[in-house]
Formats: sequence, structure tokens, C-alpha cells
Amino acid sequence: MTVANAIVVQNLTYSYGEGALRRPVLKGVDLTIKAGEIVIMTGPSGSGKTTLLTLIGALRAAQEGSVKVLGQELAGASQRQMIQTRLDIGYIFQQHNLLKSLTAAQNVAMSLELRDGLTTAQRRDMAHKILADVGLADHVDKVPAQLSGGQKQRVSVARALVAKPKLILADEPTASLDKVSGQEAVNILKKLAREQGTTILLVTHDYRIHDIADRVVELEDGIITPAKPA
Amino acid sequence: MASTLSQFGFSAKLAWRQLTHEKAKLFAAVLGVLFACVLVFMQLGFRDSLYASIGTLPNSLQGDLFIQHKQTEALWRAIPFHRQQVYRALSHPDVERVMPFYIGQTPWKNPETQAKRTLMVLGAEPSDAVMSLPGMTATAAQLTRENTIAFDTLSRPEFGPIAALLAQGPVDTEVNDRRMDIVGTFRLGASFAADGNALVSDQNFIRIFPNRLPTMVDIGIIRVKPGADVIAVRDALRGLLDENVHVFDKQGITDYEFAYWKNNVPIGFIFGFGVVMGLVVGMVIVYQILFTDINNHLNEFATLKAMGYSQGYLYKVVFASSVYLALIGFIPGYFLSLGLYELAESVTYIAMPMPLSKVISVFTMVLVMCILSGCLAMRKMRQANPADMF
Repeated sequence: MTVANAIVVQNLTYSYGEGALRRPVLKGVDLTIKAGEIVIMTGPSGSGKTTLLTLIGALRAAQEGSVKVLGQELAGASQRQMIQTRLDIGYIFQQHNLLKSLTAAQNVAMSLELRDGLTTAQRRDMAHKILADVGLADHVDKVPAQLSGGQKQRVSVARALVAKPKLILADEPTASLDKVSGQEAVNILKKLAREQGTTILLVTHDYRIHDIADRVVELEDGIITPAKPA
Repeated sequence: MASTLSQFGFSAKLAWRQLTHEKAKLFAAVLGVLFACVLVFMQLGFRDSLYASIGTLPNSLQGDLFIQHKQTEALWRAIPFHRQQVYRALSHPDVERVMPFYIGQTPWKNPETQAKRTLMVLGAEPSDAVMSLPGMTATAAQLTRENTIAFDTLSRPEFGPIAALLAQGPVDTEVNDRRMDIVGTFRLGASFAADGNALVSDQNFIRIFPNRLPTMVDIGIIRVKPGADVIAVRDALRGLLDENVHVFDKQGITDYEFAYWKNNVPIGFIFGFGVVMGLVVGMVIVYQILFTDINNHLNEFATLKAMGYSQGYLYKVVFASSVYLALIGFIPGYFLSLGLYELAESVTYIAMPMPLSKVISVFTMVLVMCILSGCLAMRKMRQANPADMF
């Protein structure tokens, strides 16, 4: 499926709470990201970045407005459609969120187990290959506790990319890393995403990594402020 | 559906890896299941051996129909009734023979240590051979002699090493302070009602129990003519005999004994209660461990959901974990119970068999226990919300 626009968000509003406690977070967001684009979203904390990311990632049901991700309208989508959409998205979280009981290769392979038609050996080979691509060829059989913070985040980059998703969503992927390992992780992410033609939407406060983006958008007080060139 | 099947394989694999990741926790969980296993096995073992021992005496009585007083709650505490009732049964044309039978409890002196202990004394006309007791070495002629007795070698050891003493030469001892010659042995077995058994002639029974009247018997045993309808004879005798006696067939007298131990004495209830308590304690332990495990891995499970894993997949992981726990806990639990059964047998002298049916039923109980714990713990899994991950 080739879609010119990976993400089309139109007039999206979202509120937390009920009745008098109702607190709007997104107040009419419009955002279009073309397929293959790498976009960084910034904004002060509490501006709704994470909420927007979870709505685009089909992790939260949209209330009003339209969220089209990879051609699928998520506003009013069924739980089943949302789970289906998640399969096409790779996630990188602020915390690595690796499964502590699994080795690096097994963690990466978890992304592949939902895909039909792969043998165990194929999944292992794909996991080993992508771990080599992120520079962890010697660490495939280590569990997260045996890896450094930067290595763990690179495993989660590998996990997000291994199934060749059409879209990568990342929330503060460098926040828990030092400058060098953070830079390394996002550079690998950019390189592999470019090779696969993957779209990336990355939320970050870390201005040091703004240079990887094609475009930087800013979310402030629930709306996207006019785009600035990267 | 190959993909459903492989998905189940994946969730089972993940469950296994998560279980074995933290050895200390796995050990605690296995101990919980093992504890429940052993508790259930022991309770069932005691209950079954009790029930098995109940049937020992009625099963060894050779007869087709049995008369006992309606006030008799159980054979070990039978209420005597007049033997006229027994002989009156002879008036039925299909009755071949009637045999009065006596049961009493009295102290037996251990010939080695002189210590006294109560056993059950059974009395019958020796020529009746009403008791087809296995391994009986005393002849009817020996038992007809004055002051002779046959001893049950499956009695508890406190009564003395009678078989060994007999091998060396004649042995006598005191039964209810009366000197008796032990002229032979048989094998019946101790039960919850009697630590040991001895058999005497009806004449000697009255000698041992001087305040018992020979006219008052504890059971009347009836043999019907070959080819006669036992049930029809039973029903006819019920009309023929006085209101104060029961007429039972073999199944009937065994059932009556069972009913006493099951209901009148709440032993059946006590063991059943023990089984339930063992399972409840095991369930709580397994639930605690699975719950804590899910709670500790909540963000991992939420991550899996964000990756596109369904709630059902995660349920399967918990389900597989509980099945694994049941399996890992049951195997050592079974072997430990096997050892404890032997230990219990050596202490109680009551057989504790471990038939396959018991192994299967205990495993089923433990499996259901673990799965129920898993189902309770699964509710926690719903809190794994991928929207909270960012």
C-alpha cells in the first residue's frame, strides 16, 4: 500500500476528564506528514505532544476530528482495527521497555512473532541482522540487565525497525541517555529508516538531535504553531 | 488454524521465559503448588485408607445376608440382639444356614512386654467357617478347644511379635485377663475402629466376655440356597423378623458401615475439608505470585500491546504460566507424597495405596487450582494500558 501521506490529522480535539473537570489537551490539531518524512515535534511539557502521539499510534481512541494513519481512519475505529494499525507502527519509548526475561535477539523477535509465514530460524536471522546493523552483533544473547542504557535503547530501535514498519513513533528516545549514546541511537534510527523509506514522528526536547529531521513542528497549548524550517 | 496454534506456542514460550527468569520467585511458586499437592494427597490418602479399612470386616464375612440390630451404628460397637431372630430366618425355605456372630473389644496382653492394649475379638462357631480369612493357620478343631484364639498378624506391632513367637513354639497370652493359647494366625488388617483383631469360637467368646449372654448375638449371618434370589429372600426376611433388626445384603451392610464413618463420625467431612483448605491455600499462594509477576511486568505487557499484541495473547501468557506452575509443582509434590504415604503406612499399619486414578484426580485439582489463580490474576492484566507508555 503506497500512501502519499503517512499521517493526516485534521481538527483533532481531545480532552481528559468528565464534566466540570473536563480539561482539553488538544484543541484542533492539523498535521500532515508525508510518507518517508522525518518530523520532530517539540513543545513545552503539558502541550499535548504525548497525547497526540498515542492517538496517532492507535493506543488511544480519538474523540473528535480525524486521525488518518497509513490510510486508516482511527477516529471511531474498532479495537480490532486499532490493533491491526499498531502492527504497521514501530514504537520507541523514553524508557527502553524491553522484556527483562528475554535476550536482545528474543526481544527483537517479539516484533516478528505477530507476522505470519516466518520460521523460527528466519525470525532469529532477521533479529541478528538488525542487531548487527545497530552495532550490537556481539550482544544478541544478553538480557537487558547486561546492557548499558545506550545499548538497550539501540535494542529497542532494532525492535521497532525489524518488522519494517511504515511508521516509527518515538517519544523522547534520548531522554534517559547521555549525549553520545543518544546521538548514536538517533543516527542509527535515521540511517535505517531512510534505507527502508520509513516515516518517523519523533517527540523530543533534545535540540541536539533536531538536525536529523526534515521538518520540526511545534505543539503549543493544544495546537500546532506555524511550521519552522529545520 | 496454524496461526492460532503457533500464537499459543509463542505465548507459552514467553510464559516459560518469564517464569524461569527469576529463579527465587519460581522456587516460591513451586513450593506453594507442592504444598497444596502434598496436603491434598495426604488428606485423600488418609480418607481412602479409612474407607478401605471400613470394608475389611464386612467383606471378610462369608454370607449372603446379614441381620443386625437397628441401633447398631457400626460393627465395632454393635448392639446385641436375641439369637431367636437369627434362627427364625431358617423358616424361610430358601435359607440354607444361619450363623450367629459375636464382636467384642477387650485388652490383649503383649506376651513380650506384658503391656495391655485393646483389640477386636470376633466370635463364631468354628465349623461355620463364616470368615474366609486369608492365611488362616488355625483349624476348626484347634479353635473348638477351650481357651484357644487366632491372632491377626496385620495388627499393630504393640500386640507383640506373635508370628515370630509362634515359629519358636507354643505361645499363650492373656485376653481380658484370661489365659488363652494362640493356636494360629490370619491376616485381616488394622482399621480405624480396631488396632488389631483376634478370632475365637463362640464358646470361647463367652469365656472371654463372661458378662455376655450366649443368647445375645451381634450379627446374624445367613447363607441362602444356591440359585435363590438373595434380594427376594432379604425382602421376605424383613417382613418375617422383628422390627428392631435390619436385614442387609453384602452391599447393604458395607454401605451402612460407610455411612457411619462418612456421616455419623464427621471423618469424611474432616478430610474433605482438609482437601479444600489445601487447595485454597495453594490458590492464594499461586495467585499472589502470578499477580505480583504481572504487576512487576505491567509496562512490558503494555509494550506488547502497543506492538499489536492482543489482550487475548496476554491472557494466554498468564494461562500458560499457571499450567506450567501446576506441572512443575505437581511432579515433586507427587514424589514427596509417595514417600509420605510409605511413612504413614509404617506408622498406622493401614494401607495407603496410590492408584493412578488418585494421581490423575489430584493433578486435575491442582491444575484447576492454578488456572483459577491465573484467571483471578488476569484481571490485573487489563490495567496494562499502552497509552500510558509514552
